[in-house]
Amino acid sequence: MPSPTSNEQRQRNGPEPIIRFDRVNKSFGDLRVLNELSFDIDAGERVTLIGPSGSGKTTILRLLMTLEHVTPVKHPDENGGVIWVEGKPLSHMEKGGKLHVASERYLRQARQKIGMVFQQFNLFPNMKVLRNVTESQVHTLKRSKDEAEAKARDLLELVGLSDKIDNYPSQLSGGQQQRVAIARALAMDPDILLLDEVTSALDPELVADVLGVLRDIADTTSITMLIVTHEMGFARDVSNRVMMFDQGVIVEEDSPDKIFSNPQEVRTQDFLRAVLAE
Amino acid sequence: MNGWSNERAAEIFPMVLEGFWVVLKVALVAGIIAVALGLLIAIAEQTAPTWFRRPLSGVMQFVRNTPLLVQVLLVWYATSLYINPEWTAFAVGSAVLGVHYASYTSESYRAGIEAIPQGQWEAATALSLPVHRTWFAVILPQMMRRSSAAVANWIIAMFKEVPVLFAIGVIEMIARVQEYQGLHYSGSLEGYTIAGLLFLAASYPVAVAMRRLEIRLAKSHF
Repeated sequence: MPSPTSNEQRQRNGPEPIIRFDRVNKSFGDLRVLNELSFDIDAGERVTLIGPSGSGKTTILRLLMTLEHVTPVKHPDENGGVIWVEGKPLSHMEKGGKLHVASERYLRQARQKIGMVFQQFNLFPNMKVLRNVTESQVHTLKRSKDEAEAKARDLLELVGLSDKIDNYPSQLSGGQQQRVAIARALAMDPDILLLDEVTSALDPELVADVLGVLRDIADTTSITMLIVTHEMGFARDVSNRVMMFDQGVIVEEDSPDKIFSNPQEVRTQDFLRAVLAE
Repeated sequence: MNGWSNERAAEIFPMVLEGFWVVLKVALVAGIIAVALGLLIAIAEQTAPTWFRRPLSGVMQFVRNTPLLVQVLLVWYATSLYINPEWTAFAVGSAVLGVHYASYTSESYRAGIEAIPQGQWEAATALSLPVHRTWFAVILPQMMRRSSAAVANWIIAMFKEVPVLFAIGVIEMIARVQEYQGLHYSGSLEGYTIAGLLFLAASYPVAVAMRRLEIRLAKSHF
């Protein structure tokens, strides 16, 4: 059952957002990374998060992937501090009409519609490429081995690595590894794909291949994407909305055209100047 | 004391060899305990709730920091007094030796687990892999690669300590040599020499095989 706030918002916004941050707090010790952060993302949107390092962008993705957990708020029903995905709480679970901190078991279910691609690829080095892409299909989604392999082959073809299925990750270049990681995330049929600086660990000449694959996926699917990147050209091409973060709050958000050609806030202007000067 | 005699050596050899089979049997049982229990301890130290983890690591500290001989004697007398006097020295001795070395192998496993990048756990979480699958398909294979050489070294070290069980009456090689010495007032020199050579003959091939395995692991793609 959605909270009073989300009902209110829903009436205002029409269809339910796929992701809703409702006054979310996140602290690491004394360091407050997110401060009552609220935003909505609709299904099918491609949102790029930009901002200086330490501004909380990656934390937002890690909260959505449940690799981090929100800093609890005393009465989440009234005071927020809750992340909602597809109308259901992700950071919390509902019990007796109230929101409680989510258990590991609840999270396992709740995170299944979300996929993530990491800066450092994080492929399983002990598994060949094909098995990297089938492992979670078979053991999380309980697909048959044949079905999982057929799907993996399709996805590996999509990312241009059909000839590498019998290789170990260590035999691939960084760009190839990252494309396998993209296939692995897509194999779970996620509704939401989180891309966390996916080209930052790559040599410059390998970046284009990875971004090309992501452009294809953006063009041919309706997956909701949250993108943290320093590739402003890519952000401009792929996303329909850009959010500028600083110190855990949204400084400015708008279409990429407007943000990149005519930013309103001084902090956005400074940040873009610094990034584009690189 | 008498000098070396080939005849005595030939006479004592079958007895020492018999003791050597006992050593191998003890090493096999204790080795299985050390390898398997050490792994369970290492996993428990990562996953069990605090109320279990704390006492466990306390016990392991105790086992690591007291002499094997003291543990063997203590457990031998304590079990025969309070639990079951029928338990054989072979069974009790093998168990104590196995647990003692499990306390070392668990450290090698732990080091292997902790060397796995955090990103592996995060990828497993992001794919919602079941916990047992994360351990058996992702973590343990990578850990084995890192830990196997260290664990094998502990097992070789353990093998060489089997004669400690002589103290509680396991009829291994030392017991056999002393038996012969008691009857003939000679034979210790030959007996212990043969015992040493048998240990060398058994340990050396294992050490060589381990070195091969290490080289192979270093060359493999995973």
